[in-house]
This record gives sequence, C-alpha cells and structure tokens, in this order.
Amino acid sequence: MNQLTKQKPARKAADRIQAAPGRKAPLTLKEHIVEIISDSGEGAQKCGQSLGAIAAQMGNGIWTTEIIPAEIRPPARSVAGASGNRIRIGSGYITNGGDETGLVVAFNEQVLLGRVRAKELKPGCIILLEDMWRTHADAKIVASYIETHGKLVAAGYKVYEIPMERECRTMVADPRRGKNMYALGMLCYIYSLELKLAVDQIVLAFGKKDQSVVDSNIMLLEAGHKWAAANLDFCYRIPATRSTEPQLVVNGNTALALGVLASGMEICAMYPITPATSASHYLSEVFEKVGGMVHQAEDEIAACAFAIGASYAGKCTITITSGPGYSLKQEAIGLAVMGEIPLVVVNVQRGGPSTGQPTKMEQGDLMTAIFGSHGDAPKVVMAPGTIEECFYSIITARKIAETFNMVVVVLTDAALATSQQPFARPQFSETWMAPPVDQSPVPEGAKPYDWDENTGLARRFIPGQPGGMHTLTGLAHDRDSHVAYDAEINEQTLRFRSLKLAALQKTLKPPKVFGEPKGDLLVVGWGSTKGAIEEAVEMLRAEGKKVSSLHLQFLQPMAPGIKEIMQGFKKVMTIESNWSDRPEDKIIDESNRRYSSMAILLRSRFLIDIDCFSEVKGQPIKPGTIRRVMLEKLKK
Amino acid sequence: MNMMSDMKSATSCLLEMCDEHFELEDYQSGVPRWCTGCGDNAILAAVQRLCRDEALRPEKTVFVSGIGCSSRFPHYMKTYGFHGIHGRALPVAEGVKMARPDLTVFVNTGDGDCTSIGAAHWIHAIRYNMNLTVFLHDNQIYGLTKKQASPTSPIGTKSNTTPRGSYLEALNPLTVTLGVQNVSFVAQAADWIPEVLFDIVKAAYHHKGLSFVRIIQRCPEWLPKALDPWMHDPNKVLLLNHANGLQASAGLSRVYKNQIEHDPLNIDRAREIASNTDIIPVGILYNNPKVPCYEDLRHLDKLRTPDLTRAGLNAELDKYTVWPQGAEQKVA
Repeated sequence: MNQLTKQKPARKAADRIQAAPGRKAPLTLKEHIVEIISDSGEGAQKCGQSLGAIAAQMGNGIWTTEIIPAEIRPPARSVAGASGNRIRIGSGYITNGGDETGLVVAFNEQVLLGRVRAKELKPGCIILLEDMWRTHADAKIVASYIETHGKLVAAGYKVYEIPMERECRTMVADPRRGKNMYALGMLCYIYSLELKLAVDQIVLAFGKKDQSVVDSNIMLLEAGHKWAAANLDFCYRIPATRSTEPQLVVNGNTALALGVLASGMEICAMYPITPATSASHYLSEVFEKVGGMVHQAEDEIAACAFAIGASYAGKCTITITSGPGYSLKQEAIGLAVMGEIPLVVVNVQRGGPSTGQPTKMEQGDLMTAIFGSHGDAPKVVMAPGTIEECFYSIITARKIAETFNMVVVVLTDAALATSQQPFARPQFSETWMAPPVDQSPVPEGAKPYDWDENTGLARRFIPGQPGGMHTLTGLAHDRDSHVAYDAEINEQTLRFRSLKLAALQKTLKPPKVFGEPKGDLLVVGWGSTKGAIEEAVEMLRAEGKKVSSLHLQFLQPMAPGIKEIMQGFKKVMTIESNWSDRPEDKIIDESNRRYSSMAILLRSRFLIDIDCFSEVKGQPIKPGTIRRVMLEKLKK
Repeated sequence: MNMMSDMKSATSCLLEMCDEHFELEDYQSGVPRWCTGCGDNAILAAVQRLCRDEALRPEKTVFVSGIGCSSRFPHYMKTYGFHGIHGRALPVAEGVKMARPDLTVFVNTGDGDCTSIGAAHWIHAIRYNMNLTVFLHDNQIYGLTKKQASPTSPIGTKSNTTPRGSYLEALNPLTVTLGVQNVSFVAQAADWIPEVLFDIVKAAYHHKGLSFVRIIQRCPEWLPKALDPWMHDPNKVLLLNHANGLQASAGLSRVYKNQIEHDPLNIDRAREIASNTDIIPVGILYNNPKVPCYEDLRHLDKLRTPDLTRAGLNAELDKYTVWPQGAEQKVA
C-alpha cells in the first residue's frame, strides 16, 4: 500500500509541483466514503452532489447524505456549522450511508472538528485541509489552526494541507465562489472519475447563468484536478459497472414529489417545515406543468383542512409535513377518518418531541401516526425504506386512500429526505392516476354511507352528483349521514371503519425475508434503516451467522404472515431510531421498560418476546453498529 | 339518421335548463333544532329563499361549517354539506373551491368558530379572497357549550367563565375584516330585519370574491336581552344606502329613519362606520369587485390528463436520469 506522506506546509506548493510524483497507479477499492465540508454557503453541498452524480454516471453505486447545520447561517468556522455532503461510493449497489468516512475535504479546521467529535471519521482517515488559516491575519485563528492540525496528526489522521484558497486566487477574484469546483477537480483525480462528466455537471448547474460563470468553474475544476495529480501521492479507483437501464438519481423528498406528480393528485396543501419543505419546493416548481398546484396555507391545520376540503370535493389531495406539523393536523386527520374522506399525509420525520432536532433523522412518529387523533381513528400507515419506495409509496397511498376512503400516512424521515440513491427510472403508467371525478347521478335509494357488512367499505358521494346530497359530519352518523347519538349506531360505525383496515390487510402479500427463512436471529425494521440492516445481515451471513431481516413497508395494517416468519427464528429483535429504555439502567426492568415503537407493536400483536435496539443520535444507524448489536444478541 | 332526434334532445335539454325552477322545499332538510327565537332560523330562511330565487342546483351547492349552533346549518339544507371541526370551516371551504370552482360554496361560522379558534383562518381567508359567501352568525356568546363569553361578547357580559362579567372590550369583526389586505366585500345584517338580511345575502352571493357577512343575531337562551337596546330603538340602527349597494324600501324607511348614503368602494369611510359600536350599521360596508380571487390566480388552464402527466413527469425524470451508454432517451 502507498505510504501516505504528510504534506509539508503548502506555502511550498510551487516547489512541490516541480517535484510532482506524477500519477501513481490507482489503488483499487471496493468502496469509499468521502465528505466535503465547509461553512454553509461555501458550496460544499454542491460539490458533494456533483461528485455523487458523476460517480453514478460512471456506474458506481452511491449513497449521498447531506450534512446540514441546524441554523441557516451559523457563525463562520464553528464546530456545529459543518455544511456539506457525504458520499459513499461503491462498486456494487449501495443501500445506505455506510460506516465511517475515509476521506474528508475540509474548508476549515473547525467544521472538521465537529465531524471528528461526532466520531464520523475512520481512524487514519485522509484529511484534505484548506491551509489558508495557517497564514491568516488573525493570530487566534492561526493558533487554533496549528493546534487542531497538530492534534489531528497526533491522532493518526493523514492530514494533507491544501492551498485551495491560494491556488484559486490566482485564477478568480473571490475563491468563495468556485473553490468547491476546485475541490471537485481534486476529488475527480483522487477517485479516477472522468473529468468530462464533471464539466457536464457544471454546465447543468450554471448553464442558465452567463457563460463566464461556467468557464471560470471549469477552469477551477481543471486546476484542482491538475494540482492533485501533481501533488498527491495517492489515488483510487472504484470499479464500476454501468447499468444497462436508465437510473434516476434524486433524494427522497424529490422522489416523493415526483410520486405526487405521477399519482395524478392535483393539490398539495402544505406549511413550511424542516425537513419536509424541500419536497414542496420542488413540487411548487413543477406541479403546475402537469395541471397541479401547491397551496401554502397559513398554518399546518389549515393545510390539512384545505386538503380535506379538496379531497371531499372529489380530488384526493396530499399534505406534506414533519412531526410538529403532524401533531397539529391530528384533529383534522380524525375528521377525515370519521367522514371517510381519502387523504394522503406525508410525515418526513425529524427528531422530537417538540422542536427537537429539525434537521436530524429519527423514527419517532410511528405511534402517533397509528394511534394519533383522539378516539379510535384507524388509518393506513406506510413507510418507504428506500428512495425508490418514496416515489412509489405516494402512488400506492393515493390508490389506497381512494379505494378505501381512508387517510394514508406515509412516514419517511430526514435521512431519506436528503439522501440520494440511484434507482431504475420509473415508466409512467396511466393506472397510477385517479379516474375522473364521478359526477353521475347516484342510484335511486343509495345512501351516503352504505357500509358493506363484511368489509366496512362504502362508496362516497361527491358534490356535483345529482341525488347524492347529504351533509358530511364529524359527528357520529348513520348510513344517511344523519347525526346519530344512538349507542348501537356508534358501535356499528366504529366497527365498519376498523374493518376497512382488515379488508386492506387481506390484499397485502406477506413480506419477504432478507436471508434464509429460518435461523438464529431475525431483525425487524421499517423505514430508512432498511439498507443498513440488510448490509449488516449480509456481513454476518458472510461470517457464517444464521441471521436474517424483515423490513415492513405496511405498518398499519401489517401484512399477513409476519408471525410465521418470526417463528422461524430463535430470537427476534427490532432495530429502530426511536427511544427504548436501556436494560442496563438500574431502575429499568421487564415491568417498566419502554420498548421501541415497532417492538411494542409486534409484541402486543404476536405475543412473541421481541427485543429491540434503538439509537437516536439524529443520524442513520450505521451497518457496523447493527452488526455489533446483532452479534451481541446472538451471544446472549 | 338520428341527427334530428339528437338535436331535439339537445334542445329539450336546454329548455329544461331554462325552465328549471325550484321550490323552497327543494332546499329544506329536517326540522332545525335551534331554539325558538334563535337568529339562525332567520338566516336559514333567507338563504333558502336565495337558493330558490337563484335556482341554485342543490347538487352543485355546498355549505361548509365548523362547530357551534350556527354550524348545524348545513344539516338543514338539502344540498351538499360539510359539518367539520371547530374553527376550520374556512380552510375546508377553500379546499373545496380550489378543487371544484364549479361548485357554489357557502360558509356558516359562529363568533367562537370564526373570531376565536379559527381567527387565523379568518384573516387569511379574507386575504385569499376566494369566491365564497361567508356568514358570520354572531350571537356574541358560545351557545352549544352553554354560555361562555366569546371574543364578541360586550365587556361585562356575565357568563359561566366570566361570572363577574367579561373583562375585555369586544372584538369588532367588521373593523378586523376591513383591515385585512385584499378584503373585497363586507356587510352587516341583523336577524330582526329580515328584508335587509335577504338583500344582503343576495348581494353577497352575487359578489365575486369572499363576501363576509356579519349577521348580528339574538341568542334567546343565553343572552336574551343583550340586543334589546338596538331592537327597541330603531334609531340605534344605521341603514347604509347607495346606488351601488342597497336601497332601503319605503316601508323600512318608516321605521328606520337613521340612514346614510355610503359608497361601498370607500374603505376609509367603511372603517369609520364600522368603528362606531353604539349604533349597528346595516348594509354593505365595502364591495370591491376588482380584487382578484386566489382560485383564479392559481387555477390552471391545464387539465390533469394522463398525457400531460406522462410528458411532465418524463421531462422531470430526464433531468435526473443517468443513461446507460448508447441508450440515450429511449423512454416511452
């Protein structure tokens, strides 16, 4: 393996260019994780996204994750201010963000410290560090830089000081614009990526602006590439196989917005909330082109009520929110349940309770999605586990909502929202769309709620249908939609609304086990943890362990066959990113331990002693962590 | 060969449409369960008369309400109705109208529903200015929950939550509404002057945009005497006349002598009139037909057809597609 030498201070960059080592034969890697971080506004996000797109075009598997500070403009050079992107590049298909980072490009040492403290970097990780701070006018900054640099070197990180600022300044007046493309050029060299693809990315990103912006960015890109080739003593190649099918590269929020486009829904009513809003941003941009519209309501409740009104009038509508907004919508969701109005609610989960961690990943809203709103308010709850499923789940949700006249809640989370993973480009089908609004006269004698005795299903009358006039009410009501205080009727209608879930459940297929159908340990998960869980299972199976996993997309109702699957394993546990009491805590025992949400649901439904592991650090659970937890569980 | 019969049927259809007329019974549903003497009954009578006179097709008409005595209104109409949750009638109605501009949408909301729990929606509904006819049934008290002070209760109102009298000056729904940008129609009626109530309901229906009608109504159960000073002294009622508004009939003028000319386009004057709470102005305070409606600003000339969707979706997918080599743009 290459001996990675520590760079001399970069003031001697010019000397080193003369003594360039030349391009070494690239070291072949199966995969690598690379981060680009800066103060926000310095373009590390864009650099990372472009790198991901280029690698995807090369045919690599990728998973990109945004690194987002909680504030819009955190102070410059602050530990909590890291903004950027993390890209896992692999030879094969990549299903999650992976473990620790192997290479970081950092625009200052403070944002880097934040990542070090979060334990995101691998021991010995390569750090490409902007060196302008070493000669900064402010002595405090110089001291901080030198101290941090020394500590990082002492800790075993392979730190390369890079004169990015200085090199860029020789070409452009303000390196804050364009330094990210210099970094991209370096990374293209390091990972042996085609520079032409990076040029394409620049044209795509800046093509609408004037040509001089494009030209200057391309110049910086090429300069970064050249500098790296001349000065770095390492480079990698991650073999890629180009897919034979067109692949779509988008994040989860874009995928779900595209799902809205494809589903035939016409209205999205929303109120801004992190991390859901980017879906509505994108939708606002494109929805009108296909005859839809985004309504930004005055608040979350109004957004939900507006959606309910539009759905009631015949066009199933979607509202997109995150935890706090979801809480506010609960009463209105109950109204849709009671009135049997189709409605799709997306909750892009974030850390809670209260304002919690707005930009961070958590799976804390499963219980509120299933049991929320007062009284018995049965609704369908789905959770996509991949970016691709974010797209298709919206189409499915719209269909279920209209077939069963139910509320369908789609739970994604901050990790899915901001991560990118290529998937097969969808082929539009007309069957994804809703049929035109029924305006035919209702049959003589038909009632607005003619519940089927077996399934609880009833057709609904839509305003405009002659003969169907009735007043929909959130009060208990009979088949005529007349207010009913009769105890019998109340119970009957509770029964009918509940039966619809069972009717849907009968149409679901048993979920597929990942791995063998029998073994020592089964891990059950839901939502964005899918890729990490399956990777951990794969690692352990390669080590000869008899482990498998089961990922549930339908959380309410749950598909049939789950109990039979669990019975094939000696032990079952869930892996979730919502709180569960730690058994090692002194006062926690079987009589008071609060389990993770899915574990509670499975335990109560199936009467199986299911354990759980939860990690709620605001970031995706890493496959390495899951592997360790599973090994411990196997030993117990 | 059957062209003639087709034409006949088309003609007869058109004739039927011209001939279409409705009776009051076509809009009546059930026996209202409001108290005897409740102002809601007067509003119901005026609105049913409007529907008949305007020959509104019952299946194309929707009454949306929130929660409270007033919000039982849709149950007594033989049209489509939506009796939702407390405070949220306006956003529900906005959703209905946005999805279906072809429907005629009315909103019935009370002083608690609109000016308290739903106050945010009220302000924004004025601003959206969608083509809705909104009736604020203002009896200055919470009725259904049995006598609690509402924002419009006069200061000193004794209620179950203010047994020593309410503490705050009443909120004035007229001045609030007239203070919101994009306001396009504000009128006030009193339930005990039914002829003007009907005229106002009619003008509100014909206004394109959000017509906000505050109807001062009696609550015989909880505040039976609260409006007596105004009812017993016609001079404490101010009728607003104008060529572009309403004109008091000769009969009415014999009783209500306190009348002024008020141009409904004069918003400053409207605010002045509305600010005087010693008298009850009745008539159209403001009517500006030129304020754009949100649904017109947002409504799309494009129909959401499968072909449009396919084209739009594929255009978006193209932006994010990584093509395998040699397979460029081979998408159906």
